Formats: sequence, structure tokens, C-alpha cells
Amino acid sequence: MLIKTALEALHNVKDPEIDTISIVDLGMVEQIKVEGQSVLVKLLPTFMGCPALDIIRKNVEHELGKEGIFEKVEVQFIYHPPWTSDRVTENGRIKLKEFGIAPPPKFISETGEWHVDCPFCGSAYTTMDNLFGPTACRSILYCKSCRNPFEAMKPVSTMM
Amino acid sequence: MNEPAGNIPIDSKIKPALTSLLYQLADDDFILAYRGSEWLGLAPHIEEDVAFSSISQDTMGHAAMFYQLLSNLGEGNVDSLAHAREASERQNAVLLELVNGPGHYLSSAQYDWAFAVVRNYFYSQAKKIRLDSLKNSSYQPLAEVALKVNMELYYHLLHWKTWVIQLMQAGGEARTRMEAAIGKVLADFEGVLNLGPLAKEMAEHDLVEKEEVLKQRWLFIMKPVFESVNLSVSEADIAMKNGNGRIGEHTADLDDALSTLSEVYSINPAASW
Repeated sequence: MLIKTALEALHNVKDPEIDTISIVDLGMVEQIKVEGQSVLVKLLPTFMGCPALDIIRKNVEHELGKEGIFEKVEVQFIYHPPWTSDRVTENGRIKLKEFGIAPPPKFISETGEWHVDCPFCGSAYTTMDNLFGPTACRSILYCKSCRNPFEAMKPVSTMM
Repeated sequence: MNEPAGNIPIDSKIKPALTSLLYQLADDDFILAYRGSEWLGLAPHIEEDVAFSSISQDTMGHAAMFYQLLSNLGEGNVDSLAHAREASERQNAVLLELVNGPGHYLSSAQYDWAFAVVRNYFYSQAKKIRLDSLKNSSYQPLAEVALKVNMELYYHLLHWKTWVIQLMQAGGEARTRMEAAIGKVLADFEGVLNLGPLAKEMAEHDLVEKEEVLKQRWLFIMKPVFESVNLSVSEADIAMKNGNGRIGEHTADLDDALSTLSEVYSINPAASW
């Protein structure tokens, strides 16, 4: 029961840089462990040099402490299993689009190429501007249909 | 900072080889990420500035992970491992500490882009081969980190390879400068490929494969790339001209870098970040 309460609270912890999506929908929450009045949350970082991790840790502690149910809240970042972009939930994909970021492509061809649709107009007529973007997990693309630049979440898989 | 997966007790016979390997991995990424950060605002165009700073940020993240593994083995805290160690204690390859070019990033920087792309491409490929081997390391926490680092490295390698091939095929000044940079990088690349005096023990304990196996793999993967741009490179071109960083031999470039990057840390080492 308490695990359910904790999970609901974690839905309120948003990505500090994409405030429409929660860390649950990003697929970062690997495990919630409740023992008595203590809760341990194990999170998977998306990218290792991500400067948002410490903010996420503080926000998780704050959100779970707020309920007044848990006396002790512990957050651990773990690396196994590694976070991969297919962990983003269906709801998460919708939330990313709402923010103007194309969700990570589900399919990468053998040559390493991938395609995403424009999050604004839905067109498939898009080009890659820069594999690297304003944060470690995003690339910059351009839509040739509606002529908007946009960002996409990079595909990340253990096959790479 | 971040805690990696749980620790397992480590045999005292394995520990010297394991810590040496981790210092090499951490120090290599740390100093190259620092050199990358000096390029910020100076890259050839704005998209490259975004890409290179993102790559440097990832790489610094990898260094932080390797320092964390060392910290878990009782080697000290991550911040002091990164900032407070003298040059003679560092095990990074000398090639990775060399300045980007003449001048200073705050004024009159005349950095060499050819050197940047060649150093980063050759190193990223060597790192990729090493990480693929580390995915099967007998030290499980390292194997797990290697899997994660590898996914990010994929994009770095793609990026640098594109630059190298395009500049090599461009001809003219680009080709001339690229060839000079390749000569300079190869003259110290043995320093990247070698695993130091405990290489044999590392392989015996299945921490990583044999140094020679990894080196041959690098040559094997690079061969078709060199051929595609009409460049002949032989194993004999690979040397260690400016010293062996794995045993603490370094250049004055590293001393200068360390005094700059540890300036803030040294004001108050006890401060929390």
C-alpha cells in the first residue's frame, strides 16, 4: 500500500528541464522499497553527466517527505539495469510531445539512422541538425513541412 | 554524488591491478573532458560548440563514475580524487593532457581543430574497444558502468569519425593539417593503448583483456578507415614520445591544467559542491 502511495507521489516529481514529464514516465524509477517508516527509491540516471540528478534527488526527498508518512527517505542512483530510451512510457511519450520534444524513436536501422516525426505538425519530412542538443539526452532537428526547429529525445539502447 | 551498484568485497591480490585500471579510465576521461571544455565558444561553428560541450559533459560524467568506483574501494572522495592529486599521481595518457594549441582560451587562443578531431576520434575508438572488453570484466560494478558509458560513447564516436573523414577528404589545407595532426597523435598513441605496469595482472584476473589484443583490435578497426581516406599508417608509427602517463610521467601541460582546474577547489577543499 505504502509503495503505491510513494509511486503516486513520484508522479509529482518532474524532470527539472522538461516539466511536463515525471521521472516515473521517463522510466527512471527502478525500485521502491518500504521498510517500516523508511522508503528507499532506486533511480536510473538517463545520462551520466546529467547535472539535473542532484535536483531530482532533492525533489524526490521533498515530495516523499511531504506526505508525512515516511520518516526516512533515501534516494539511490544505480546503473544496472542501464536506463534505455524504450523505458519512456506511452504517457511519457505524449507528455514529451506536449512540451515540443519528439519522443525517442522506437526503431534504429542497422546503419544507426533513425527518424522521428515533427512534434508540432506530425510530418515525417524532418532532418537532423545536430545529434547533440541543449541537454545530454536531446538532439536538434528541423521540420521541412512546418519549418520549425525542434528537439528529439535521443534513442539509447544497449545494442549500441 | 551518485552511488553505483552495490559493492562486492575485493580480493587484496586483485586490488592493485583493479585500482590502476580505474585510475587510468578516470584520469583519461577527466583530462580530455577538461581540454574539451577549453574549446567552449571557440569551436568552428555554433552547432559544433553545442556538440563538443555535450560530449565533454558526458565524458566528465564518465570520469566521475570511475572516480566513484575508486572511492568505493577506499581511495578517497570523488572531489579530491579529481582535484587534489599531483601530476605525478595521475595515470592518464600524456596525449590527452597536451594543450589544444598555442595561446589561452581567455585570450589569443590559436587552437588546432585538426588536433582536436584526430585526438578525440582515435581516443574514442580506443575507449570503445576497452569498454567492450570491460563489459565482461570480472569486477561486476565496472562491467555495469562500462555498459552504460558505452551507450553514450556511441554518439561521440559517430561524431568524431564524421569530422575526420570529411576533413581528410577535403584536400588542401585541411588535408595537410590533418596529416600533421595524425602524426602528432600517433607519436603518443602508445601511451593511450598501454595499460601500465600491471597490465598482465589485469588480464590474469579477467578485469580486462590483454593489452596487445586490444591494440590489435584498434588497428584492425582503424585500417579500413585509413584506407578509405587514402592514408597509410603502420604499427611502427605508434609511439610514446612524451612519456608514459601510466607510470606518472607527464608534461608541464598537465601541471598548468591542474593548477587552473583546481583553483576554486583549493580555496576551500572542505566546501560542499
